[in-house]
Amino acid sequence: MTICYDALALKARWVRRETLRMHLLAPETRVASSLSAVEIFTALYYGGLLAHSGADPRWEGRDRLIASKGHGSISLFPILADRGYFNPAELERICQAGSFLGGIPDTIIPGYETINGSLGHGIGVACGMALGLKRKGSRSHVFVVAGDGEFCEGSMWEGVMFAAHHRLDNLTVIIDNNRLCMLDRCEKVMTVEPFDRRLEAFGWEATRVDGHDLPALHRALHALKGRGASGRPAVLVADTVKGKGVPELEQDTLCHLRTLTPAEIANAIGGAL
Amino acid sequence: MSNSAVMTMRDSFIGTLCDRMASDDSIFFLAADLGAPALDRLRDQFPDRFINVGIAEQNLINVAAGLALEGFSVYSYAIAPFITMRAYEQVRVNLAVSSQIRPVNVTMIGLGGGVSYQVSGPTHHCLEDLAIMRLLPNMSVYSPSDPVVAAKLVDHTLTTVGPKYIRFDGKALPALHADPSAIDLKRGFAPLAQGSDICLVSTGFMSHRALKVAQARPGVAVLDLFSLKPCDEAALAQALAPYRHVVTMEEAFINNGGLDSLVTKVAREHTLSCALHPVGVSDRYVFDLGSRDQLHALNGMDDAAVVALVDRLINLTDRLRAA
Repeated sequence: MTICYDALALKARWVRRETLRMHLLAPETRVASSLSAVEIFTALYYGGLLAHSGADPRWEGRDRLIASKGHGSISLFPILADRGYFNPAELERICQAGSFLGGIPDTIIPGYETINGSLGHGIGVACGMALGLKRKGSRSHVFVVAGDGEFCEGSMWEGVMFAAHHRLDNLTVIIDNNRLCMLDRCEKVMTVEPFDRRLEAFGWEATRVDGHDLPALHRALHALKGRGASGRPAVLVADTVKGKGVPELEQDTLCHLRTLTPAEIANAIGGAL
Repeated sequence: MSNSAVMTMRDSFIGTLCDRMASDDSIFFLAADLGAPALDRLRDQFPDRFINVGIAEQNLINVAAGLALEGFSVYSYAIAPFITMRAYEQVRVNLAVSSQIRPVNVTMIGLGGGVSYQVSGPTHHCLEDLAIMRLLPNMSVYSPSDPVVAAKLVDHTLTTVGPKYIRFDGKALPALHADPSAIDLKRGFAPLAQGSDICLVSTGFMSHRALKVAQARPGVAVLDLFSLKPCDEAALAQALAPYRHVVTMEEAFINNGGLDSLVTKVAREHTLSCALHPVGVSDRYVFDLGSRDQLHALNGMDDAAVVALVDRLINLTDRLRAA
């Protein structure tokens, strides 16, 4: 696959700025965990990795993407609008009466497959989808974007076991490994790492990359999606920084619920971004 | 008594479902490591569409939801308290909430309603399910009383899109309904005995007890209510309108959202003048051991207790008439 990584990087930069703008319009959105996933979503939607159709969100031939860490997927809003799922003017109405763009997205938003507000559901539902797609003879792939803290939920591991047992090689989980829960660093709250070794022990194929290094991320996802009949589900551990691009967030272990001031947002957009 | 008369409801249901699976390859059957004699045939005939997810009720519901989003009709089978309460949040999010936006055709089958696992204690008793499942928007709730209603639920659940919960008794119960064609699942209830003044509205196992009470006290009417949601409430109001006393009978906690709450709502909204008397388990768990009748006796819901209640109501009615 030929891909212009410079163009992809420009797109990621635009997504990050738009995500901050969404937060400016709707301060109740979880901006820090949405910023750590910017490159992941950008690679999927602009890197030719995800078969999809904005004009026909439920197109049968699409790849399925479950935003298991739904609260941290505000960065998908501008992407979905840009890819034709809905009118970009909708972005201006985020979290307002009559809008379908809520602080935590769900299936009323074109492009979302599942209800995402509650953590720990993504892998299990993805297992059912992946199994169903195989039975239909479909070549579609199922992607899950999950948070690292989400793996404290036992239901995630029920899904992990099921996927390996049923050899779901059409399922790829991307962990946005920003290493922060709501109250502290995951390693202090509950040890979830090492994801790669843990999931390999469960029968998964595992790869680890810098989740902000677009070429590395893209190459890894491309390889995992094209892995063929390996008989194994796969995980990509994407090491990320919560609040990436905004120093105030990057340096704050309590950034999960932090609301940026308009000045902080303006600084971030006008500065390094 | 024919074979079907003593078959468990779940075997009646699974047997009929197995027949449908032969001609409809969109049907999956998922179990959380729970068997049944009829399931042996299903597992044998459809090994690619029977999946045992292991002792993992949360994943049972999540995998079912994912398959349903891909267009399959999914049956999920586990012990009643675990499929409803261990997995309640999965049921809420991925079945009840999700189905409001996308079609989700999942039928949950809970085995062992009430205290039908009588010596297994509070973890295996299921006295909350009717109330908590009825509470969920978009969820249908069925509590069949016999194998005839159970078998009819197969085609009904296949053709009614949306999440559904069926409570099956853990024990084999004889048929109560002679004519399957008289069972109207959309109406939700059917008469078992005609009468006047007093009507027993019962569900599941308690419909068998209600019929025994009516046989002991001729003139007491019995309605078997097998669909708690949806239920044709206007028809139910019409059916209950002639009675002075309505006794609800459920093997469930009372006064908190189950059958009695449904009947109370119907009486209130249709301004029925009848007095309501709930029979069921009061606000405590059952640690006692014994036969089902003994457990019911301890909770004021065995034959003798219901007959005594009916006698009090008859006396009351007679005194009112005399006055």
